[in-house]
Amino acid sequence: MTEQLLVARDLSRSFTSGGRHVLALDGVSLTVAPGETLGLVGGSGCGKSTLARVLTRLVAPEAGSIAFMGEDWLALEGAHLRAARRHMQMVFQDPLAAFNPRATVGGVIADALRIHAVVPRGERAGEVARLIDRVGLPSDLLGRSIRDISGGQRQRVAIARAISVRPRLVILDEAVSALDVSVRGRILELLVGLQRETGVGYLFVSHDLAVVRAVSHRIAVMAAGRIVEEGPAARVIAAPSSDVLIDLIGAVPRLNRNPRS
Amino acid sequence: MTVLVSIADLSVTYRRAPQPALSGVSLDIEAGEILAIIGESGSGKSTLARAIAGLLPERTSVAGRLAWPGLDGAPRAGRDIGYVFQDPGSSLNPVLTIGEQVGEGARRHLGLDRRAAEAEAVRLLGRVHLPEPERIARAYPHQLSGGQRQRVAIAAAIAARPRLLIADEVTSALDVLVQAAIVELLVELVRADGMTLVFVTHDLALASGIADRVAVMAGGRLVELGPTAEVVGLPRAAETAALVAAHIDLATPPLIGEAS
Repeated sequence: MTEQLLVARDLSRSFTSGGRHVLALDGVSLTVAPGETLGLVGGSGCGKSTLARVLTRLVAPEAGSIAFMGEDWLALEGAHLRAARRHMQMVFQDPLAAFNPRATVGGVIADALRIHAVVPRGERAGEVARLIDRVGLPSDLLGRSIRDISGGQRQRVAIARAISVRPRLVILDEAVSALDVSVRGRILELLVGLQRETGVGYLFVSHDLAVVRAVSHRIAVMAAGRIVEEGPAARVIAAPSSDVLIDLIGAVPRLNRNPRS
Repeated sequence: MTVLVSIADLSVTYRRAPQPALSGVSLDIEAGEILAIIGESGSGKSTLARAIAGLLPERTSVAGRLAWPGLDGAPRAGRDIGYVFQDPGSSLNPVLTIGEQVGEGARRHLGLDRRAAEAEAVRLLGRVHLPEPERIARAYPHQLSGGQRQRVAIAAAIAARPRLLIADEVTSALDVLVQAAIVELLVELVRADGMTLVFVTHDLALASGIADRVAVMAGGRLVELGPTAEVVGLPRAAETAALVAAHIDLATPPLIGEAS
C-alpha cells in the first residue's frame, strides 16, 4: 500500500445558526493517496464544504486530527504553515469570488509563483506562459482582466494558479458545477490529464454524482455531517447501501431518447 | 393545437452590444405544452425567454413580431405570464414576509383584499409543497433554504394564475436532489392547471425528462426544434449533437481507470 497523502481522523465541527446548534462535521475520517481522486458527494448542507474548509484550515475543527504529507497539519503555524500550504491548493465553484477583481490573468498566476518562489524570477514569465498553455488558454489572454473572460476560461485560470505551485493535493469544491456541459467535459479531461502527469491527489467535492463517478477512484458519501459509505467508485454506485446515495443515483438526469407518445 | 404565442423573425440587440443576442428566431409556442429552450451560456436562451415575457431592458433594439392569438391584446407581465428566475435570493424582496410577496400577485391581478390575499398565499405555499405554510408565510426569505426559496418564487409566479409560466435556469443553483423535486413540482403544476411551461436550461438531460418539444439555441439562433425524443435521439444540428455528446450520467465511461 502506498503512503497516504492526507489522513483525516474523527473531524468534528459545529456551528450555531439561528439559535440552533448544528453539527456540520460529526467524526469524519478519510484518506487520499498520491495520484488518487477521492470523490466526496452529498446534498446541500451535508457538511462537504465545511469538510473542505477544515482540511484547508480555513475553518478550525473542534476535534480530530489531520496528517498531510506525514506531518501534523493542524499543528503547523507561521512560516511552516505558509510553506506547507503550497502543497494543498483549492479550487472553488465561483472563481470570480476567489480572485482579486482587478487582477489580470497573467498576474494571478505570476503572484502565486512569486509568493511560493516556485521558479527563479527570470523564469517566471516563461512558466506563466507554459501554465496558461497547459490549461488550454491562448497566450493573448494573459493581459486581460480576470473579469473580462468567460466563466470557463476563469476556471481554467483558477486551475492554472492551483497547479502553478506544484501542489501534492488539490481540493476542488464544486469546481465544475457552474460550467456549461461542453466546457465541463474539457475541464474534467484537463484535471485527469494533470493528475496522470504529476501524480497530484484530488479531493473532488460535488453534489453531482455522475460527474464525481467520471473522475474518482473512490467515492465517499456524506449525509448530516457523517460519511455514510465509502469505497471504490464502481462498487459504491453498483451497490449503494445508504438512503442518500440511493436518492442521489435516482436524481441523476438521464437523456430520454425514447418517444413518450 | 392552439398557438399561445407566435414568434416571427425575432432579433434582439442589447444597448451598446456589438452583436445581436438573438437573430431571426421564429417559433410557435402551443398552449399547454412544455417547451424546453436549451443552450449554453451566451446562446440567447434567456434573451428569448425575456423577450417573450417583455422583460428586456429599456432601449434594447428589438425587431420582428410576437403575436398572442389566445389573448385579448398584449400579455401583462405577472398576470398572463409568470416568471421564475435562477436565483430566488435576488428575485425575492428581503424585507417583505413570504406571505406578502406571494399574495401580492393575487391582490394586484385578482382583486383580492389583504386578508383574502394572505389566505391565498398560504394556499399557494401549500401547493408548492412547503411544510407548515402558515409559518412560512410569516418568515422572511433569508430564513429559508435555496430550494424552499425557489418553491416560494414558483408560488409567487403562479399566484395570478398565468397562462404561461417561464422557468429560467430555476434549478441551476440547487443540488441534484432538490433539482429533481423542483422539476417534478413544475410539471405537476402546469399539468394540473393547463398552463404552458417554457423551461430554459443548459441541461439537455434535465429537459429531456419533462419537455414535449425542445428548442436548441446557439449563437443567438434557433438551430433545432422538434419533439424531445427526435431531437435527443437523432440530433440534426451539430450544436445539439455536441450537447448530447457532453452529457455525463452513470452509464458514461469514467475518465480514469479503476484504482488498483
